[in-house]
Amino acid sequence: MTTVIDTPSRTSSASARTPGGIFTWSQVRAALPGAFRKLDPRQMWHNPVMFIVWVGAALATVLAVAEPFLGGPTESGGTAVPASFTAVIAVFLWLTVVFANLAESVAEGRGKAQADTLRQTRTATVAHRVASYDDAADPGAQDARTDDVSSADLQLGDVVVVEAGDPVPGDGEIVWGIASVDESAITGESAPVIRESGGDRSAVTGGTRVLSDRIVVRISSRPGETFVDRMIALVEGASRQKTPNEIALNILLASLSIVFVVVALTLNPIASYAASPVSVAVLIALLVCLIPTTIGALLSAIGIAGMDRLVQRNVLAMSGRAVEAAGDVTTLLLDKTGTITYGNRQASEFVPITGVDARDLVRAAALSSLADPTPEGASIVALAHKAGVDVGTRAPGEIVPFTAQTRMSGLDEPDGTQIRKGAGSAVMAWLEEGGARAVGTAAAEVAAAVERIAQSGGTPLVVAVRTPGEPGRVLGLVHLKDVVKEGIADRFAELRAMGIRTVMITGDNPLTAKAIAAEAGVDDFLAEATPEDKLELIRREQEGGNLVAMTGDGTNDAPALAQADVGVAMNSGTSAAKEAGNMVDLDSDPTKLIDVVRIGKQLLITRGALTTFSIANDIAKYFAIIPAMFMGVFPGLEALNIMGLSSPSSAVVSAIVFNALVIVVLIPLALRGVRYRPLDASKILGRNLLVYGLGGIVAPFVGIWLIDLVVRLIPGY
Amino acid sequence: MGWVWAVAALATVALVLAAVYRSFGDYMAGVYTTPRDWRVERGLYRVLGVDPRSGQTWQAYLRGVLTFSAVGLLLVYALQRTQQWLPYSLGLPAPSADLSFNTAASFVGNTNWQSYSPELTLGYTVQLAGLAVQNFVSAAVGMAVAVALVRGFAHRRTSTIGNFWVDLVRGCFRILLPISVVGALVLIVGGVVQNFDGFTDVTTVAGGAQSIPGGPVASQEVIKLLGTNGGGFFNANSAHPFENPTAWTNVLEVLLMLVIPFSLPRTFGRMVGDHRQGYAILAAMGVLFVASYTALTLLESAGHGTAPQLAGGAMEGKEARFGIVGSTLFATTSTTTSTGAVNSMHDSYTALGGMVPMLNMMLGEVAPGGVGSGLYGMLVMAVIAVFIAGLLVGRTPEYLGKKIGPREIKLASLYILVTPTLVLAGTALSFAIPAVRESVTSTSIWNPGVHGMSEVLYAFTSAANNNGSAFAGLTANTPWMNTALGVAILLGRFVPIVLVLALAGSLARQDKVPATSGTLPTHRPQFVGLLVGVVLVLTALTYFPVLALGPLAEGLV
Repeated sequence: MTTVIDTPSRTSSASARTPGGIFTWSQVRAALPGAFRKLDPRQMWHNPVMFIVWVGAALATVLAVAEPFLGGPTESGGTAVPASFTAVIAVFLWLTVVFANLAESVAEGRGKAQADTLRQTRTATVAHRVASYDDAADPGAQDARTDDVSSADLQLGDVVVVEAGDPVPGDGEIVWGIASVDESAITGESAPVIRESGGDRSAVTGGTRVLSDRIVVRISSRPGETFVDRMIALVEGASRQKTPNEIALNILLASLSIVFVVVALTLNPIASYAASPVSVAVLIALLVCLIPTTIGALLSAIGIAGMDRLVQRNVLAMSGRAVEAAGDVTTLLLDKTGTITYGNRQASEFVPITGVDARDLVRAAALSSLADPTPEGASIVALAHKAGVDVGTRAPGEIVPFTAQTRMSGLDEPDGTQIRKGAGSAVMAWLEEGGARAVGTAAAEVAAAVERIAQSGGTPLVVAVRTPGEPGRVLGLVHLKDVVKEGIADRFAELRAMGIRTVMITGDNPLTAKAIAAEAGVDDFLAEATPEDKLELIRREQEGGNLVAMTGDGTNDAPALAQADVGVAMNSGTSAAKEAGNMVDLDSDPTKLIDVVRIGKQLLITRGALTTFSIANDIAKYFAIIPAMFMGVFPGLEALNIMGLSSPSSAVVSAIVFNALVIVVLIPLALRGVRYRPLDASKILGRNLLVYGLGGIVAPFVGIWLIDLVVRLIPGY
Repeated sequence: MGWVWAVAALATVALVLAAVYRSFGDYMAGVYTTPRDWRVERGLYRVLGVDPRSGQTWQAYLRGVLTFSAVGLLLVYALQRTQQWLPYSLGLPAPSADLSFNTAASFVGNTNWQSYSPELTLGYTVQLAGLAVQNFVSAAVGMAVAVALVRGFAHRRTSTIGNFWVDLVRGCFRILLPISVVGALVLIVGGVVQNFDGFTDVTTVAGGAQSIPGGPVASQEVIKLLGTNGGGFFNANSAHPFENPTAWTNVLEVLLMLVIPFSLPRTFGRMVGDHRQGYAILAAMGVLFVASYTALTLLESAGHGTAPQLAGGAMEGKEARFGIVGSTLFATTSTTTSTGAVNSMHDSYTALGGMVPMLNMMLGEVAPGGVGSGLYGMLVMAVIAVFIAGLLVGRTPEYLGKKIGPREIKLASLYILVTPTLVLAGTALSFAIPAVRESVTSTSIWNPGVHGMSEVLYAFTSAANNNGSAFAGLTANTPWMNTALGVAILLGRFVPIVLVLALAGSLARQDKVPATSGTLPTHRPQFVGLLVGVVLVLTALTYFPVLALGPLAEGLV
């Protein structure tokens, strides 16, 4: 039997939220000061590509200022250049740098609003700290003395009392009591949730508010290191560390930049022999056009925006590495309950055994379920009602609750009649213990029915009755059916296309598990899974080189969450689970794992797409600048001017303007991410190569040509 | 009708290579993986004190490569400097220090750049004990490094990438020597000379006196080509009738240059357990080779001017017995591999035609490249292509199940930095340092202007890429050229080897990631196209500005 988790049985809330890729003027205005602040060379240094542009811009500025006094170069490579040429180059180089910083600022700005809201919850509040807590004698701290201290002064291990209306002063575990808690400050979900001591729902988060009842909480975080503190750091991007892929890409981009620095530095000595040297401004323009500025400018914005997309979906990734790992996941472990099925099994059929009146069975089943608060119980009563048996709303007699030991629940009626329903073996044992010998033929029939229901993926509940003086007897079975979520099979098919294997984890017996696995379309299942089994499965998968993602909420999930490459902890879960995982889903929606994978992939694709675009751009820029540089000496190079640019100066300026503008044009794409469709790798590659590779070759030809049409109107160009 | 010959020549070569691809590639894979040693090899291991069964870490492997090459460098240098005391020196004096360094670096670095006229500079002892030995072992070193990288892909979770000494010995004994023996006999049948006669004075038909050089040419010739070395016995190299007498020996020589580089992809496919990966690498090499051959043949056949029109193409600097096609096929082969042998003078090609051999080398000689160096060069490019493509499909890039992370990209990025930096810096320094500029422009360059610039650029391109062919028309036997080119050769050879072996070590340590439908397939035409694109964009584009100052400026009139 699996325990039922308080999972909101709704589909992913992702579609309801806007991804927030819109790039508005107000965002730009807010981001502009940041963009200029980032011009500090100590900050620029971290981005080698843009640092080169920065140095180029500074050099061009110095030249532009000095030239009028020194009578600077009026020609370059044997061609006359207009007086304003160096200044124009300098301006557009600065713009290139500012646009790059702007992209990063805008990306960061989107996290700021959320961080501000979170900050409000962090304001110091009054905490009632228990002076000397004695968990044995006075677990509820009813008689203990409490001191009022500021929440900021709470230390790890302090015990506080939180009453209805109070904010929770810090992260902690409930050691006593049960309360409804408003967590909307963190999750955005307005419906209160129940938190109670013991079990998997004992964690409370600082900044949330207790709505009813009284709880005793042991603080589990140090001041300044609370969940909210970490969240603020994450959404602001303050704790952002470069991910391995980002580092690798940065290295490749740095190497490509160095090659072109060498090209630029060696050009004039070589040109000095048979041609004529080009001016420093043209050389800087050549260098900036050739180094991969487009991706260099947008790289960090892409990373921040990727994290932000997760935040938009209410998932907090503890590191960027985890987001990337999500894109690489090859095995997805999914809990059956709440992820694949709705989690609440529904009664679908009453199966009386031979010789029993169906109405007796229905009545007994309904009576014993009246006091059962679970959705299963309610569904039995509802089905009975549909069958025309109305047992009222109050159970007549004493309720026997379900326990893990007895694996049964039931009702003891005032006349001494005992009704029990539960797992087949448990009920049969109960009957035999009551001295029932007459189960013989019924036992075989019950076993057959149990088998049949289990095989179809359902859960069989055996209903029996023991009346005083009579031997107990089996009345029949209730068929509880696990309802597989609509459309889930399609999502698994998508995942398969993406190369991800899905494994369903369930506490059900193998027969039931197999039937549900087949219905949902998962690739594999792990039945009767214990937390140890889960951990073992993850280890085995990783041994074979797979990357494993899973969700979990219980303390016993913690080792598996820590072992998995991507462990998404439910916010409703224990703090142990949240510590162990590398992501926390504030909505506590296990289906979200699929979205996380998608976002991880989208992040990588966006980087790859803009890198390809950036490198492919070089071809057109060469055709603009190379003929321009040496046409004065070698008029034959005009043959390479396939864009028909009006003059060498105009060609160089057009290329540098294009180089700056393309960054702005691509900011929305960097923030929104490239559209991702779940296809196999080959198709995705073909499509992206066509769009960003071929597009990257063609676009600058058109762009530079169009800009030249404008630039040539300026006198002197 | 020219194009019929062009297609037929290419088809002949392609058919022969296709016929031996599988068996020879598999044979080479067997050579490098079998646990059995030959008796002569066991003897050698005992002398060297090597345990042939023990694997080496990449650092130990690298130490082997560097120590062995350093000893080779010193030996070849010493042999030259003591030439006057050596037997069979034909009375030739010892070459100068800078020339000896250049030649030693050049042969140890599998480059065979020759700043000198061999028949007038080096006696038989230096040619045989120094240069010919290096022709074998430097080729075997290249193959060993390539095989070590392949092992990096094939192995999982190990720190070892094979044993350098075993790879070296087996490459020599089991691959290079047997083919050389057979090849030399066939060449002798074709008319290549093989004797120890020195100079023979003859009276020509017209009555003039002439001194005809002889020598052990056939035995040198075959390893010169097979090991993609390129250093000719004679100054005229394969244009000399004693080295390459007829049209059919010309085709045979082309085949000798191509057979190992074009079969190594099979060896690679076999060792990583997926022949399709080998075919993909082969396809990328083949596409670039055919494109280059087509371009060169078209440009040479369409030579401008009266003489070319009458001759049916630009015949200047080409041998009549080979014609345009025989020359362009040889030139393409020689410069797309790291051979550098010539049967026609590239300097006399049309301006744009002369750019093609230069571009072949600038691509990093990966189509198919030198023995071993072509394969590892192409695999490094594949690593970069996989990285970009991997990002494009939304996965941490992986090639053959190995993740391409920061360390792998760092090594690959440095690899693509090395040669362009050497080529451009070398050329620029030749014109930037006043004293050097004086020497280069007044002594080295015989064709002032744009063409002279091309000659210097060609020289550094050839040296840094370990090709060894010359654009001719450039006097390279000056202290600056000898030293600078020698340094470019050594750095262009050994810095990439350091990076490749480090990459091999880093890959071997990794576990293999199983392929799923989300994995980028690296055996489809799509990837081949991407790989070709990456090679072109990342290497050729770097040289666009200098090419615009040289052959493009000269050719686009």
